[in-house]
Amino acid sequence: MLDGSPTGYTGWMNYEFFIFDEAFYDAILNTFLIVLSLLLITVFFGFLFASLLNSDIFLSNFVKLLYISPFLIIPSVSALLWKNLMMDPINGFGTFLLNILNFEGIDFLNEYPLGSIITMLSWTWVPFSTLLILTSLKSIDKTMIESAKIDGANHFQISLFIILPNILRSINIIILIETIFFLAVFAEISIATNGGPGTETTNLPFLIFQKGLQNFDVGESSAGGLIAVVLANFVAIFLIKNMSKNI
Amino acid sequence: MIPKLFRSVITLAIGILLFFPILWMFITSFKTEIEAIKFPPSFIFDLTFSNYFEIQERSNYFKYAFNSIIISLGSTLLGISLSIPVSWSLAFIKNKYKEFILLWILSTKMMPAVGVLVPMYIIFRDIKLLDTLTGMVIILTLTNLPILVWLLYNYFAEIPHEIIESSQIDGATIFQEITKIILPLSLPGISSAFLLSVILCWNEAFWSLMLTSTNSAPLSVFIASFSSPEGLFWAKLSAASVMAVLPIMILGWFSQKQLVAGLTFGAIK
Repeated sequence: MLDGSPTGYTGWMNYEFFIFDEAFYDAILNTFLIVLSLLLITVFFGFLFASLLNSDIFLSNFVKLLYISPFLIIPSVSALLWKNLMMDPINGFGTFLLNILNFEGIDFLNEYPLGSIITMLSWTWVPFSTLLILTSLKSIDKTMIESAKIDGANHFQISLFIILPNILRSINIIILIETIFFLAVFAEISIATNGGPGTETTNLPFLIFQKGLQNFDVGESSAGGLIAVVLANFVAIFLIKNMSKNI
Repeated sequence: MIPKLFRSVITLAIGILLFFPILWMFITSFKTEIEAIKFPPSFIFDLTFSNYFEIQERSNYFKYAFNSIIISLGSTLLGISLSIPVSWSLAFIKNKYKEFILLWILSTKMMPAVGVLVPMYIIFRDIKLLDTLTGMVIILTLTNLPILVWLLYNYFAEIPHEIIESSQIDGATIFQEITKIILPLSLPGISSAFLLSVILCWNEAFWSLMLTSTNSAPLSVFIASFSSPEGLFWAKLSAASVMAVLPIMILGWFSQKQLVAGLTFGAIK
């Protein structure tokens, strides 16, 4: 389309090319693997860390800064930082740690590519869920817990009826916002692995980018873009239904 | 219960673990190149500041930083001034399609940006906005507008209608109503929106990587250029990274509260 080779309309050809490409299925699978595993990881650790930070500890304000910092890092910086300084098979800090524990160094990005990408993304996004859950924990009215105690509620009942509903609300919001961002992960993949090895870390946004701006097949790339939009909308309908109840 | 000291130590240890990659990057930026790739890594070494000077000399850090500032502030100011009237009308004017409009605005955010990459690229090329600051300001304003509208709407919706009505009885014009009553009352919301938008624009990588090259490239592109073999120079890479993330990290540290309110579209304050 851009260089003018086959001209005119092609009917469904672009969609056929895109859908019958094996990379397409890998990309769909990877996209969903990334979204699902990250949602689980961020909610689990977010809850754990938020509970720790919410308890009465020394230097709590300073410690909180340590927890939220990774979220403020530019994605391209975080990708390069992990790719080189942390995960490099020869000089990286990961190899150093493994050596201390008497293991051989691992080429993380080649042997566990998707796992490495998910690790990087968790590092960025666990602080986000921690911060949100922590805020919702702090917003719980202390007098409500006190009066529940006076009325004879035990520890379990307080957690179930006062604390849990509050956290569930923030978890709902976390799922909504994170899904938006995780469906569109791009910079980390493009910089750290370039979709590889093979198609092991290619997700849908990266595949579309590859078709369009690396192979210059604009028609096929647009077809892929439309497929991504439709898929995202299925997720969006589900999430928005959830959201209108919660916000 | 677990004793306080023990809990504090565990929490601090996890915090240091999470912060470690950033700390290591900071430390590496003061090493010489040979020291940086030494294995096992050295913890005690002679400090050098030469990386920072060399980065500025070789790739003109300040130009990228300037672009980042212009793009972040420009699209934030434009976005907020566009979203104030939208949120105002959604919050205060009776409209039975209100919920539908709000969800429709948000649904554009659900669409992965890459879905419109090709048409956007062609449009930008044809109207000569590729690699211009104006183009970047426009595209980032558009990407963040749904979030800003939602955020401000959530704050405006909390202002009691009685205040607005009594001001209308006293003869306030719409402009006075917005500038003298609504804006002062929702100042925390606007500062959240401002902050969140600046951070999102500063850290934005997708459109910056796709639509800019030399003239209008912000810091996220400056850093991405180190993913080439040049990235093998770890000390310089680290110094460049520190310079790219430090401004926004400090801003985020001092404004966590507004950040949370912004990140949840004002649903958690």
